[in-house]
Amino acid sequence: MTPLYQLTVAQAREALTRGEITSVELTEALLARIAAVEPKVRAFLTIDADGARAQAQAADARRAASDTSPLLGIPIGIKDVISTQGLRTTCASKMLENYIPVYDATAVARLKTAGAVILGKLNCDEFAMGSSTENSAFQQTRNPWNLERVPGGSSGGSAAAVAAGEAPATLGTDTGGSIRQPAAFCGITGLKPTYGRVSRYGLVAFASSLDQIGPMARTVRDCAIVLQVIAGEDPFDATCTAHPVPDYEAALTGDIRGLRIGVPREYFVAGMQPEVEAAVRAAIEVLREQGAEVLEISLPHTPYALPVYYLIAPAEASANLARFDGVRYGLRVPGESYFDELERTRGAGFGPEVRRRIMLGTYALSAGYYDAYYKRAQQVRTLIRRDYQQAFEQVDVIAAPTAPTVAFKIGAHTDDPLAMYLEDVCTLPLNLAGLPGLVVPCGFAEGLPIGLQLIGRAFDEETLLRVGDAYQRVTDWHTRMPEVREDNSTQG
Amino acid sequence: MEYLVTIGLEVHAQILTRSKMFCGCSADYANAPPNTHVCPVCMGLPGALPVPNRRAIELAALTGLALNCRISHENVISRKNYFYADLPSGYQRSQYDDPLCVDGWVEIEGDNGPKRIRLTRVHIEEDTGKLIHTNDGGSLVDFNRAGVPLMEIVSKPDISSPEEARRYFQKLRQILVWIGVNSGDMESGALRCDANVSVRPAGQQEYGAKVEIKNINSFRFLERALAYEIERQIRALKAGEPIVQSTRGWDEASGTTVAQRTKEFAEDYRYFPEPDIPPLRLTDAWIAERRAELPELPDARRRRFIEEYGLTAYDASVLTDERAVSDFYEQAVAAARVRGVTPKDVANWMTGELFRLLKETGEPLESAAHRLRPEYIGEVQDLLNQGVITRTSAKEAFEASFREGRSPARIVAERGMAVIGAGDALTDLVRQAIANNPKAVEEYRRGKVTAIKYLIGQVMKATRGQANPQAVQQALEQELARE
Ligand SMILES: [Zn+2]
Repeated sequence: MTPLYQLTVAQAREALTRGEITSVELTEALLARIAAVEPKVRAFLTIDADGARAQAQAADARRAASDTSPLLGIPIGIKDVISTQGLRTTCASKMLENYIPVYDATAVARLKTAGAVILGKLNCDEFAMGSSTENSAFQQTRNPWNLERVPGGSSGGSAAAVAAGEAPATLGTDTGGSIRQPAAFCGITGLKPTYGRVSRYGLVAFASSLDQIGPMARTVRDCAIVLQVIAGEDPFDATCTAHPVPDYEAALTGDIRGLRIGVPREYFVAGMQPEVEAAVRAAIEVLREQGAEVLEISLPHTPYALPVYYLIAPAEASANLARFDGVRYGLRVPGESYFDELERTRGAGFGPEVRRRIMLGTYALSAGYYDAYYKRAQQVRTLIRRDYQQAFEQVDVIAAPTAPTVAFKIGAHTDDPLAMYLEDVCTLPLNLAGLPGLVVPCGFAEGLPIGLQLIGRAFDEETLLRVGDAYQRVTDWHTRMPEVREDNSTQG
Repeated sequence: MEYLVTIGLEVHAQILTRSKMFCGCSADYANAPPNTHVCPVCMGLPGALPVPNRRAIELAALTGLALNCRISHENVISRKNYFYADLPSGYQRSQYDDPLCVDGWVEIEGDNGPKRIRLTRVHIEEDTGKLIHTNDGGSLVDFNRAGVPLMEIVSKPDISSPEEARRYFQKLRQILVWIGVNSGDMESGALRCDANVSVRPAGQQEYGAKVEIKNINSFRFLERALAYEIERQIRALKAGEPIVQSTRGWDEASGTTVAQRTKEFAEDYRYFPEPDIPPLRLTDAWIAERRAELPELPDARRRRFIEEYGLTAYDASVLTDERAVSDFYEQAVAAARVRGVTPKDVANWMTGELFRLLKETGEPLESAAHRLRPEYIGEVQDLLNQGVITRTSAKEAFEASFREGRSPARIVAERGMAVIGAGDALTDLVRQAIANNPKAVEEYRRGKVTAIKYLIGQVMKATRGQANPQAVQQALEQELARE
């Protein structure tokens, strides 16, 4: 029998429903797995073993009382930029090292209502700013496939935990690729929903017009199950829209015949690792064999996405992070006056990448520069959005690489911020357009996973999930799990 | 040399809503212990998001319409970025490029007759928390006020004197309270203003350097601060000293304006559209709904009172100063008309007896109106008109109604205040007076008509003033003629 920690959400749900296992057994199995591999993977910033056990017991009691909530008894991990009531939420920053929220993010509240068991909080880049989880103020999460490699970022802990069997599903957040790139690097499935699909209430804001919470798991079906629970209108988030939430699992028909899939030539960038391109093209070929029609398309403004993103995201971040002044919560370094204290606190609390982005953003919004930078970036953003609108008149889904390479070595880009920013070149355009993106594993190179990125129309997660699920029905990349051990460089 | 004064006001008015601008906390925080009207949103906790208060936007638009503004169809909330301990998010949500209301005007009694003060804009924003400085040099912060909805009403520099500035501010207060969007409470800071003032020699085209006087919360302070500041600037100009563009505060104790900490660098608020709040699109239908919600405004009502009810300009003005008084008057007039009592008589009762009694008890009409109902005014005047009671009794009954909350008719009945009118009771008293005063009767009969006055007095005395003197005279004349 499969070890319990390897069960997918769907498998665990079935076993729990049939009474073959209890949530307590499943939770204990995952806590044991965490204890075993965490010294190497280091995905968790906070493990709430006692809380998880209590929630598991409560879930079993609910089931005994005929409760059939969709995630009843299923353990889940939460990225540490998402507010959890009573459970430390650090944003991987010294600024919030001891911050315990008084409220749950809407997504977390919905998971709890659905019966999920919260295992703990997952490492990430500080305030979700980064592509390797190296910007965490506390620890380096390692890629379970090769401990010398990064797990990607910023949701590196969320991706590594799923890959290493520490959680069947996690919540990540995606501002410029922070769910999709680590999903690709760790060989798991990750969904960045449409902007406005999942409430951002309780997500500690990085860039408000780009941030989105999404599920990370081993299968497309698992992502659909979790999305079903967290999606939908929220009176606490004015940007979370009233679009009806369809039955996502019902969309997983396996039938993609006649679906038009566009392949944007701009996404196969210079310097892309040949094995990555080959794996992505092979995956697209599999979709064609399943009956989809494949067309080459163009998204001409793609090259501008990176500079546009690095004006808008830091601009919003510079304001979003202004609340960390040491007055009400978080770190406070005593000083002579309010302003002296403010400078000392922020100087000590924020890491170098966060400080860099605050400065970039402050500059872009400054009098005399606003029109040339922020405003112009918003205009180009409209052009990028229009590119996709035009493409979706021709095709139903866009298929593309997720990242130019497989997971790179820890430390490879830490001295070169620009090289790090280039990691997001294939993922961030769709954040600017607010579109959903799904990543599914589609091969290996150097023993490290490669991800296929599928991009959909706004609020059409159904089609994305259908295509991803159809792909996973005929491939087995997503079923592979790494053996986590120190010397695993030849694995794959 | 003569100097020209240019003044513009920025008025901050809290919008009277039940909840705050972007969260569900109660906006009625007066007297609440510190930090009890707070939540993750108005405390700026990590991850909390603002959701705009629809009613606040409706009331701000209503204000714009009352101030003759155009309502923008496209509305953007912006972030105004600056650090301060009373500002929980590190930015204030306000409006920059696309304010809710633009280009209005307010008519005031200017120094040289009626004058329109033009408005640049009315926009919505959120109030900040409040710092409390302790004796040991520390500071405490109370976030109860943080996030309370606020309107900023910005005038053009059309104001020419401290008196005009006061009248403009008073007029604004009257309108805001009248339409129910602001409490008018200046002491608590629910209504406050900043004044920009510059002075230049007559004949000079360009404006003088602008000095801003911050945070004025009384009409008197506004007038005094401006008068002082104008004096100060003229003195400086005469002495050949330059006026520096600066920010000053009014110090009531010394009766002077005091320079505030000058900033070493220009303020840059780095405004940008608030990404957490989608642009608010207001349709023509929505604006029409707001217009339908707009009550008759005090100026229009004052003119109508003069035309429709024939009131003097003074009475019309007094009776349209406050909405509650004005509405009460209209209700009283409507009820009085049925009894044939004139609006003028109703006005006299209100500006005379009612205002005197309100002043005496020190209460607002709203609370007294629970006792003295509007229809009582017509009732008491009707009793007087019918000769049922004397003017003295009418005043007594009115006051009793005001104090006890019963109708004047009941009070007249209960206290036996009705005039002893024509009829047997009066005839008996008249005959008695004639019998008891043969000397006066003799004089009357000899042609000394004024002798009847003595007899009237005797009857009145016998009725303890409860008779109608005219009725008494009539009855006496009848009886004397008969014999
Ligand atoms: Zn609140």
